[in-house]
Amino acid sequence: MTGTATAPAPLSATGVTTPTRAPVVTGLGVVAPTGIGTEEHWRSVLAGRSGIGPITLFDPSPYPVRLAGQVPGFSAKDRVPSRLIQQTDRWTHLGLAAAEAALADAGVVPAELSEYELAVVTASSSGGTEFGQHEMENLYQHAPDWVGAYQSIAWFYAATTGQISIRHGLRGPCGVLCTEQAGGLDALGQARRLIRTGAKLVMTGGTDASLCPYGLTAQLTTGHLTTVPDPARAYLPFDADASGYLPGEGGALLVVEDADAAEARGAARIWGRVLGYAAAFDPPPDSPRGPVLARTVRAALADAGLEPADVDVVFADALGVAEADRAEAAALTEVFGPRGVPVTAPKTLTGRLYGGGAALDAATALLALRDQTVPHTAGPTAPAPGYEIDLVLGEPRPAELRTALVVARGHGGFNAALLLGHRDN
Amino acid sequence: MTATAAATGRRAVVTGIGVVAPGGVGREAFWKLLADGRTATRRISLFDPTGFRSRMAAEADFDPVAAGLTPRQIRRMDRAAQFAVVSAREAVEDSGFDFAAADPGRTGVSIGSAVGCTMGLEEEYVLLSDAGKHWLVDHTYGVPHLYGYMVPSTLAVEVAWEVGAEGPAALVSTGCTSGLDSIGHGVQLIEEGTSDVVLAGATDAPLSPITSACFDAIKATSPNNDDPEHASRPFDAERDGFVLGEGAAVLVLEEKSAAEARGARIYGEIVGYAGRSNAFHMTGLKANGREMAEAIRVCLDRARLDPTAVDYINAHGSGTKQNDRHETAAFKRSLGEHAYRVPVSSIKSMVGHSLGAIGSIEVAACALALERQVVPPTANLHHPDPECDLDYVPLTAREHAMDVVLSVGSGFGGFQSATLLARPGTVAHEGVGA
Repeated sequence: MTGTATAPAPLSATGVTTPTRAPVVTGLGVVAPTGIGTEEHWRSVLAGRSGIGPITLFDPSPYPVRLAGQVPGFSAKDRVPSRLIQQTDRWTHLGLAAAEAALADAGVVPAELSEYELAVVTASSSGGTEFGQHEMENLYQHAPDWVGAYQSIAWFYAATTGQISIRHGLRGPCGVLCTEQAGGLDALGQARRLIRTGAKLVMTGGTDASLCPYGLTAQLTTGHLTTVPDPARAYLPFDADASGYLPGEGGALLVVEDADAAEARGAARIWGRVLGYAAAFDPPPDSPRGPVLARTVRAALADAGLEPADVDVVFADALGVAEADRAEAAALTEVFGPRGVPVTAPKTLTGRLYGGGAALDAATALLALRDQTVPHTAGPTAPAPGYEIDLVLGEPRPAELRTALVVARGHGGFNAALLLGHRDN
Repeated sequence: MTATAAATGRRAVVTGIGVVAPGGVGREAFWKLLADGRTATRRISLFDPTGFRSRMAAEADFDPVAAGLTPRQIRRMDRAAQFAVVSAREAVEDSGFDFAAADPGRTGVSIGSAVGCTMGLEEEYVLLSDAGKHWLVDHTYGVPHLYGYMVPSTLAVEVAWEVGAEGPAALVSTGCTSGLDSIGHGVQLIEEGTSDVVLAGATDAPLSPITSACFDAIKATSPNNDDPEHASRPFDAERDGFVLGEGAAVLVLEEKSAAEARGARIYGEIVGYAGRSNAFHMTGLKANGREMAEAIRVCLDRARLDPTAVDYINAHGSGTKQNDRHETAAFKRSLGEHAYRVPVSSIKSMVGHSLGAIGSIEVAACALALERQVVPPTANLHHPDPECDLDYVPLTAREHAMDVVLSVGSGFGGFQSATLLARPGTVAHEGVGA
């Protein structure tokens, strides 16, 4: 009765089978502080043009952090159906815009494919924070019946996935993973799982937008945001002057397809291949056991059937907090050897985008693979003493790139690693 | 070039159950409420509901101190996190699995939640904004764990810390199907081989003014405030909306052969799971139940079972007009004539609708129903609805022979999920590698 007819039913409750071909990325949609659109983002990254600036979405003057990465010139009314604008938070506006761009880039018309084989899985870190603050204000300044009907569908973490599914008629399995900044990679890992369990196309990645007073205030409580007022000197991961990170908004959505299905429909372009993925969780802060990042990277390599020497570039998590930077540098050194692989963190141009951050890193990694260029990390002047990593600084570095590793860590202990391969891999 | 996919041979079984639900904390109190057909819905006591359209809820009588949490845990954790950790603790104890001796890297965590730490977020908002007076909230009043309230992933963090898990961990948030999807995700981790044991479940503590107000605004909740005990009336002709609930359930999922090797008590095996989406409306449902029926069909297909194998359906049964009609249609569409023969019930009639948590609470109910061979009833069902014409097990629990039970969920976003649980040894799977 449906498009899943030909394959024999897998002997598994969830449809999980042994891996076959690596899924392919066929579409990218970027909405980020570095620009709206994949190529605009990439030009900014290569030019080291920062999307960090004074917060204009609200008056940041009462707060110790007044800088952030905002998506320049994003106008929801130009990119989101008007009916949906008032029903959804800015985080979903950004997600809907990115999803539409990704589908267009992939050249996919969902109505031409089998509806139940089209899935959506996004990362969300904090839901519709700004929308929620407005509605709580209505409630507490007025009365319960001042709370609008759309609070029930705009604030919760599944809003973006649901709206994307509805807008584009994607009726397969839908998912939402919340693992803070690791979420984008976990969503890509889940997309691969869904392809292994029968989906042919998965819209995946993530966005976030918590640049409202309450959202910023919540972020301040971690103590990990930098209060340095100079945008060029604020977010300096791996640098001796690292003082924390800056927040940002936006992210990326990616169209990931079963390799055979993408070939069968004659996909115009393969951005790259999802070769390997792993996730793990750090022990509690008071544990004598160390962090699990090195093990996570090794697990992703094993999953892909690759050796450390096969990795040509690492897109780092780069929190910008000394202790975390040191741990990340140590993990990369443990796996790849001292200065064993180029390491970069273009996220200094956007700030950390939480649910959107690692998805954007994955998109940037695919651009690097396409153009055989490692983008540089704008900001830091040198790795801090003792960090034995080859941090790419100053300008982009041409290199033969076949495999890129993206790593991400989410607040509380989430670790994820994703290996992306060149389309000819 | 193209390799052939084959089964991994790994299966997931339930070996431990922990529950915090309205009507009494703990697995046995929960089951007793269901078996007795009692309702835990009442006038809201967690906040003053005056001025709200729906002023009822199923509240958990939960005391974090009595439940064994430390002062710092209580200060740091939102109520939803407290539920999750206490449930996880009960599940671990119930399983007899020695987590301290296991490789922590092979232990995973998959926790579902629809609205995360809303209660903590709202309480802190009131303080920082001085009851909504200031859009530019005063950050100097921020508690150190406020960010932990903003990111729902905290719920998975707390469970991972509780059991010392260092494998994959995630918070799954697909609205009201979260609790089925988080268990499905946990089963995937075991089947694909990344974890050998997973703490899988869901938690929600949505009984706060903002959540009540948002459901008031769309008239999803029952306004039958004069009779809270009988307000949640799934499948009844006079049903008029759901009654909010709260709680958590966490399961210990283990790889089947390892669980058998250690002689674990096995409640059941997860033999099928699938999700589909209606791509129709964020809150509206088509009357024909098409996508839920498809989720059930795929679920049966993965389990290699005929519709007639289903011995009991734990319905979503929220008690809204459209849900119960939609779901009844989905059962008929997917199971055919068998839909009229299989008992169907909604425990939301007794424990309310705890959003993302309820899916896991319902799977816990299914596991206990299988073990005890008793179908929990649909309470408050006095007036049959011509559009809902199946056997909903009204009012009284029923002894019933069951090998395979189906649990379904339906949620905002258009998500439809289905899970099949089978009594150990009752469903034969083909050999692996053949």
